[in-house]
Amino acid sequence: MSGAKKLGLKQRYAHMTRGLDWETTYQPMDKVFPYDRFEGIKIKDWSAWEDPFRLTMDTYWKFQAEKERKLYAVLDSFAQNNGQTGVSDGRYINVLKLFLTGISPEEYQAHRGFAFAGRHLRGVGPRVAAQMQSLDELRHVQTQIHTISHYNKYFDGLSEFRHMHDRVWYLSVPKSFFDDARTAGPFEFMIAIGFAFEYLLTNLLFVPFMSGAAYNGDMSTVTFGFSAQSDESRHMTLGIEVIKFLLEQHPDNLPIVQKWVDKWFWRGHRVLGLVAMMMDYMLPKKVMSWKEAWEIYFTEAGGSLFTDLARYGLKVPKYADVATAEAEHISHQNWAIFYQYTHAAGFHTWMPDAEHLDWLSAKYPDTFDKYYRPRWELWAKLEKEGKRFYNNALPQLCQCCQIPMGYTEPGDPTTIAFRSSTYKDQKYHFCSDGCKDIFDNEPDKFVQAWLPVHQIFQGNCGGATVPDVLAWYRMNVGADNMDYVGSPDEALWNEWHAEKLRKAV
Amino acid sequence: MAQVASITLMLNDDARPIIESILADNTGVRVLNMTGAVKLDRDESIVINRASVEERLGRPWDPQEIHLVLISMAGNLDEDDDQFTLSWRH
Repeated sequence: MSGAKKLGLKQRYAHMTRGLDWETTYQPMDKVFPYDRFEGIKIKDWSAWEDPFRLTMDTYWKFQAEKERKLYAVLDSFAQNNGQTGVSDGRYINVLKLFLTGISPEEYQAHRGFAFAGRHLRGVGPRVAAQMQSLDELRHVQTQIHTISHYNKYFDGLSEFRHMHDRVWYLSVPKSFFDDARTAGPFEFMIAIGFAFEYLLTNLLFVPFMSGAAYNGDMSTVTFGFSAQSDESRHMTLGIEVIKFLLEQHPDNLPIVQKWVDKWFWRGHRVLGLVAMMMDYMLPKKVMSWKEAWEIYFTEAGGSLFTDLARYGLKVPKYADVATAEAEHISHQNWAIFYQYTHAAGFHTWMPDAEHLDWLSAKYPDTFDKYYRPRWELWAKLEKEGKRFYNNALPQLCQCCQIPMGYTEPGDPTTIAFRSSTYKDQKYHFCSDGCKDIFDNEPDKFVQAWLPVHQIFQGNCGGATVPDVLAWYRMNVGADNMDYVGSPDEALWNEWHAEKLRKAV
Repeated sequence: MAQVASITLMLNDDARPIIESILADNTGVRVLNMTGAVKLDRDESIVINRASVEERLGRPWDPQEIHLVLISMAGNLDEDDDQFTLSWRH
């Protein structure tokens, strides 16, 4: 051997990826890539794209295979050892129900969206990165279904997750988010999912929440969560590269990108309200409050990021201040909605016990005792008197985020916020200025929204009564829905617990 | 406000030598312990040196192996055969 030096990582990557792309000759490039012009984004030089991880396909397969081996070893061990009996409390399973019905199907939508971007972006760098992410997302949905299928052997509310996702009222919230992204052009999709969702918001879902799964004894979920999140670091890097690349390519891209950042930040914030509720109300043992998670992952991490992006002229998303102020309220207001509509929800609800109320008071000293504790205490009292409160009216929904109009005015937590716009002689309703702005920018898209309550009234959801609609949802009434107390889940959990105590004697 | 570079790693045997080398090589790093994970924050930048990890691990280590234990990160990434740096400097 001569003394030739081995190539460094950067040089190896350049050689491995060089010449993967070519100018087509049988067909013009604009016909081969028909979707990357209409959004108005201008790209001068696709080769300026950089993948800072410099991950080749070969290395990608090697590491992904290793991650899968580790994950499936844990899942096998969890099942063999009846891990489901060792979680903190039977209530915990309800976060898995919401996760499997509300989030896992979106991993599949992300898979399809990135497959589309990986086909239709003209540059080879982002195409390869989008293809890897597409495969990651498929891996995520598969591992999530595989993990949670074990719980389905014992608990209600999981078996019809795919059917429910396209029908149940609150699941239309994450569904419409991804439908909106997937019907956008490839650049908007990359900003929506790659940047706004993966970079700004996914940490809030996968880091403190998955740590919460570990803290609650759910070894299987934390393992798929962190295994998925190890891909997310790559996705976050793709998201940030997309935004830098677009902003560096042409100054005309800035206003388009800013509008997308504003839109997708707000839409993501609304979807993550479900996670806020999972963290503050549904984890029996809590890791941190939603407000604390927001401070770490949006205020601090987002602050550092937007300081960096300011050199391109990009600003902090519009209404970021409103979203930060809402971190004091959103989990409580969402839990109130689900408590009132527990008869139509595919997971169980409950009123917090005394210890949990005190934890909430400590975490939300400026708001909880003033605005929410009295309501929870009243509802708990009504429950005791046999007068448990149900809301039997169908709620008005926001035309944009599709959440029932239960959120309050900025700075006034006792007044419900209502906004509206008139478009082609029809009036449309919104929960916030953020949602109204999104509609006003794209009314022709959002007038087509499939709003669950409107669809019920139009007769498209199985019938005119609540039992008709629940049957159409394939909800097993009395098992999937209603309060945890009195549910078959609770009976099973108590039986396991009693057995443990008997054996300990 | 200083820009914070950050890395979150799984808390397991594969990650421990990496966590220890970060603590040794980055003065003023702040540690947030979560169940199953650890978040390491530092103003401006965080570096992981291959040599430093290898010293603790007792075998050759490729910085790309970090993908097996990486949960999240913040900062612009610069990676080569000898180091993995997250930084807000340009």
